[in-house]
Amino acid sequence: MDFRDTAAEAAFRAKLRDWYRQNFDPSAIPGAGRPDVDFMRSWSHKLFDAGYVGLTWPEEYGGAGLSPSYQAIYFEEMVRAQAPEHIGIIGLNMAGPTIMAWGTPEQKQRYLPKLLSGEEIWCQGFSEPGSGSDLAGARTTAVLDGDHWVVNGQKVWSSWAHIADWCILVVRTDPAAKKHEGLSYLLVDMHAPGVEVRPLRQITGDPEFNEIFFTDVRVPKDSILGKPGDGWKVAMTTLLHERGTLAFALVGQLRQHFTRLVELSRQPAPDGSVPADDPVVRDAIAREWIELQSLAFTNYRTLTTLLTKGQPGPESSVVKLVWSEANQRLTKLARGLQGLSTMLDDEGGVWDGYWQYRQLRSRGNTIEAGTSEILRNIVAERVLGLPRSR
Amino acid sequence: MDFAFSSEQDMLRTAAREFLAEQHPLTGLPAIIDGEPGWRPDSWKQLADLGWTDDELTLLDQVVLFEETGAALLPAPLFSTIALALPAIRHDKDLVASVASGELKLSLAWAESGRPQGIADTGLATTVDADGRVTGRKVLVPDATFADALVVTVAGPELRLVRTADATVTPLSTSDRSRRLSEVEFDAAPSQALGDGSVLGEIENRAFVLAAAEALGVGRRALEDGIAHASTREQFGRVIGTYQAVSHQLVDAYADLELARSLTYWAAWALAEGDEQADVAVAAAKTAATEAAVTACERSIQVHGGVGMTWEHILHRLYKRAQWLEAFGASGRALRAKIADSVIG
Ligand SMILES: Cc1cc2nc3c(=O)[nH]c(=O)nc-3n(C[C@H](O)[C@H](O)[C@H](O)COP(=O)(O)OP(=O)(O)OC[C@H]3O[C@@H](n4cnc5c(N)ncnc54)[C@H](O)[C@@H]3O)c2cc1C
Repeated sequence: MDFRDTAAEAAFRAKLRDWYRQNFDPSAIPGAGRPDVDFMRSWSHKLFDAGYVGLTWPEEYGGAGLSPSYQAIYFEEMVRAQAPEHIGIIGLNMAGPTIMAWGTPEQKQRYLPKLLSGEEIWCQGFSEPGSGSDLAGARTTAVLDGDHWVVNGQKVWSSWAHIADWCILVVRTDPAAKKHEGLSYLLVDMHAPGVEVRPLRQITGDPEFNEIFFTDVRVPKDSILGKPGDGWKVAMTTLLHERGTLAFALVGQLRQHFTRLVELSRQPAPDGSVPADDPVVRDAIAREWIELQSLAFTNYRTLTTLLTKGQPGPESSVVKLVWSEANQRLTKLARGLQGLSTMLDDEGGVWDGYWQYRQLRSRGNTIEAGTSEILRNIVAERVLGLPRSR
Repeated sequence: MDFAFSSEQDMLRTAAREFLAEQHPLTGLPAIIDGEPGWRPDSWKQLADLGWTDDELTLLDQVVLFEETGAALLPAPLFSTIALALPAIRHDKDLVASVASGELKLSLAWAESGRPQGIADTGLATTVDADGRVTGRKVLVPDATFADALVVTVAGPELRLVRTADATVTPLSTSDRSRRLSEVEFDAAPSQALGDGSVLGEIENRAFVLAAAEALGVGRRALEDGIAHASTREQFGRVIGTYQAVSHQLVDAYADLELARSLTYWAAWALAEGDEQADVAVAAAKTAATEAAVTACERSIQVHGGVGMTWEHILHRLYKRAQWLEAFGASGRALRAKIADSVIG
């Protein structure tokens, strides 16, 4: 056991830290912590050009071929610099790893390099109005017609679909087969005729997720991952990464929130009092720090098991669950320090509404990427070995 | 970055688990701790032969070991000898050898009535005179009835070694019968000098890490019992573990324990390496792990229904140890205040 960097890791960290110092100024981020698409796009290009995207990906697809510990260092330094993430969160963490696991050599060459460079943005079309938690109930259909699949149906809650170029889409290709066996996994061009995206406003006011309507959309026959009928298995690969690999990024974001919470607590509140002088506030902040550290070191444990045994240990299954609730508590605590001013939004609010946005957005954390109830079901059955609840 | 245990540590864990299951099964525990003397003195030599009292064990080795002895609620003065007293005698080769061979069992007498009772608090009324005679009254001394000698904190601060035979030990009725507390009266008791109080901070930190390790074992055991019960007990024609109100409580207990486990390993490493974050890491591990153990026991009691409330069931034994560990040394509130001083300033 040793939490220090190896010599090579330390050199990488120093170089990255220096790069951030020279290339990033936190005060340059526009808006009060709301994602700004144009800014994130250009920032992502910069990250890619410097070689910091796809650190763990094979070199043949434009990655750096490094061990996952470098990805962990990347996130730590990103947090330290208070820098934003790459724009292609869904591509990098879900579509990319799934294509790497299931794609043909041609598919990997076609999609992965542009995904890394941020040139092509991906979205995820899993949820439908009638099937969210019960993903295998998907009803959007794809029917083979010559060299093409013809797709009809509707997806919903699809994050960033309004700026996406490609979609990982779960469709029903065999209505006669059993629920989980009639699904397939397509890679769909969001600019194809018949694809219509309608943004939905979230409780933050931002249109971050969307409805997607598919009307006779023609998708080339070979734009499929796995074979027809493999859709459920391929989707599980995506979900494994959505709930697993992302953990470092999530905890990194939580650390950024924590750092800012401490900063906020030291400043006079709107009523003139200083929250950091209040023992109850201090106790609450200490609790969040403990939770944050426990998540960070659980990630390191997962990483070690991943490096030594090839797959993460069972403890990794609780990180997203615990993180989501921690992020909700922490952002709520920050708003609780603001008195009635917590109801002021945007420019009128404390820090231009930074916490208002972050806190409202956090409510989605226990719903997206598997609700907390579903995640608890999964841990109960697969980790604790309890009988199935359904 | 490497979070892995060595193969020796993995072996220690397996060997300890097997030995305890065979020699100290939980089923046999109540008969021992509800009677007198409250443990099996003949078992100590065996523990020493296994190397468990050896000063060669690293803190991380001890973390591995104490999780197992915690899960077994092993009624022996191992925590008091190793976690509380050993660092104070480390400079004395003869004493260390006596502990290693199993001839010497120790505990630490630090707390006094009406004064701050942290291990490192030093406003003490107990004194030592020029002839090395100790006079004063200590309270809440763990395992004093099992120990051959006590490390006693006295005004100065200074540490003295006093044979329990030279003191008056009065056992107190203790909720956790597997780790009893006593009052100890010293009336000009002869003593041996062990040095000044500078080692007390280290003792406190080590004891907190090992208390956290024990708590992980206690919590794990309570959770296992809860899972076993939820997997077999049927109501309304279904196994109760299929009800999410039952299963999700157990998932939350698992999550709390795993997160606390990460903190405990970090704290042990940080303390052993003298890392700058050692103090806060230890504080975090101590409060998180002991709180997780208490809550795991409470959830397991709930999942058991009425039988979980009975004296005959083992759960209350685990619960009381978890409560002992949570209350020991410093409250969660005090530890969080320390953390707040560090992260907020
Ligand atoms: C911010 C955000 C971003 C999202 N981004 C995407 C995206 O990019 N792509 C995409 O495909 N989807 C996305 N989603 C959708 C998300 O995956 C679904 O909302 C989620 O899976 C829940 O499905 P649902 O909304 O249909 O709710 P339902 O499945 O109807 O669930 C409603 C409630 O019932 C509970 N429930 C359901 N079944 C059970 C059960 N068996 N046991 C216990 N409780 C149960 C749920 O936990 C929940 O509390 C996003 C959602 C949010 C909030």
